[in-house]
Amino acid sequence: MQGMDLMLQIKGLTKKFGSFTAVDNISFSVKRGEVVGFLGPNGAGKTTAMRMVTGFLMPTAGTALVAGHDVTASPLEVKRRIGYLPEGAPLYEDMTPLELLGFVSDVRGLSGATKREAIGNAASRINIEHVMHQAIGTLSKGYKRRVGIAQAILHDPEILILDEPTDGLDPNQKHEVRKLINEMAKEKIIVISTHLLDEVDTVCSRAIVIAQGKIVSDGTPGELEARSELHNAVTFRLSVAQSDLAKASIEAISNVDRVVQKSAENGLVTYIAYPSDSQSIIDEISGALKAASIDVQEIQAERGRLDEVFRRITTAA
Amino acid sequence: MGKSWAISKRELRAYFTTPLAYVFIVIFVALNGVTAFYFGALFDRGQADMQPLFGFLPWLYLFLIPAVAMRLWAEERKAGTLELLMTLPVSTFDAVFGKFLAAWIFAGIALSLTFPVWITVNYLGDPDNGVIIASYLGGFLMAGSYLAIGGFVSAMTRNQVIAFVIGAAVIFLFMMSGLELVQSAFRGWAPELVIDLVRSFSFLVHYDAIIRGVIDVRDMIFFISIIGVFLFANMVVVDLKKGA
Repeated sequence: MQGMDLMLQIKGLTKKFGSFTAVDNISFSVKRGEVVGFLGPNGAGKTTAMRMVTGFLMPTAGTALVAGHDVTASPLEVKRRIGYLPEGAPLYEDMTPLELLGFVSDVRGLSGATKREAIGNAASRINIEHVMHQAIGTLSKGYKRRVGIAQAILHDPEILILDEPTDGLDPNQKHEVRKLINEMAKEKIIVISTHLLDEVDTVCSRAIVIAQGKIVSDGTPGELEARSELHNAVTFRLSVAQSDLAKASIEAISNVDRVVQKSAENGLVTYIAYPSDSQSIIDEISGALKAASIDVQEIQAERGRLDEVFRRITTAA
Repeated sequence: MGKSWAISKRELRAYFTTPLAYVFIVIFVALNGVTAFYFGALFDRGQADMQPLFGFLPWLYLFLIPAVAMRLWAEERKAGTLELLMTLPVSTFDAVFGKFLAAWIFAGIALSLTFPVWITVNYLGDPDNGVIIASYLGGFLMAGSYLAIGGFVSAMTRNQVIAFVIGAAVIFLFMMSGLELVQSAFRGWAPELVIDLVRSFSFLVHYDAIIRGVIDVRDMIFFISIIGVFLFANMVVVDLKKGA
């Protein structure tokens, strides 16, 4: 036994389909309490990687370990500890949610009162109680997705792997699912794949970006944002009359790299000032504007834009 | 075993919640009636037995059993539910055996619904019920062999039509290997040993022995071995696909 704490370890995981390498030697480990956002453009290898971790596909090389159990050597031990929502939430459409959850309970060895309780809990957490007797094939895309999540959380797994859990949900349902993930985050390991960047900000404590099968970034969403060239840039808006003076006085500040005009309308001009070394420059800028007695309509520091970082790091690879 | 049974229950329910089960049973029983009474001249023969029905059974099964087996894996592969099933804590054996068992039980239910013919011959005459029981057993074992082959073929594709056609073709080869058609192709060049070996793989040879009332353990073992071999092959295919 190596410590009491739960770990998901991915070691050199690789999958080749013929000459095509879908997942190329990725390694990382996740601790209890972490919510990992698995990001990447379509076709980057997210789904393939998840399929190997959950034991659906056999890795070409490398492996995944759950609490010390190797998925290639003892898949049942691993599968028992994981709740998994496959991509697209495939479900037996001729069954009702109640029958499906009953089947999953049977296979997971839950019976009697435990089974009823597990089904009841999962159904109420994900809010599908009122469709439990309707054939899954007749449900909307959003409900199907929720039934898929319900079967994943049914046995209260230590590890939850969700492939695009909010795909096809409306904004309210997305909010519900994210709330649920946040509620469960403390005592579990959660890995979600997504290409929605706002989801990373709201639910993930860590973002792993993969492109062409390789990890290109691994850090907190804040660290990812900090890689944006907009990080700590300052946006300010003022009247056209004072714009030349303002631009000149800000460009004179030593750690301002450049000032770019973003838009102009109704006699107001918006500029973005980029820092030369990613450090905060908002104090210097507001000081300089005050010293030149320029009235500013609006001034704010940027955190960085995830979509810009995402595009840059996933296309550079 | 509990997991296999959970899978069997789910499969059986799937048969009966879709029209498949009802269509199959109605067609199966109706065709059995037609072949037994019309082609087999069950009444006109003046004998109280079920030979006409059991004589045609292998041919009926040739078309109907691959139709039951074709969906076993191909449908799950196409719908993506295979990923749901195989990421639950079930072994490949649990899944293969559970699916096979459900299909076999279903085929058994259909076969047992021919019981009115049994009652009829008992009402009209004095048949050898031992032979009839042996025949039912032989029919059931043969259905199992056909299903094991059909399931194995179904695991190789996501297309149910292909699963049906190839399944039926493989079963046909196994049926025919004891008949003159196939035997004559070997006679003349192959040694006697090979001809006997090919003949020994014939479903019809073993089945005919059973429905004549000659219950030989070797015939039973033959069918059970065929089931075992193809279930194993089925497991290998499912695992190979996982690594591909």
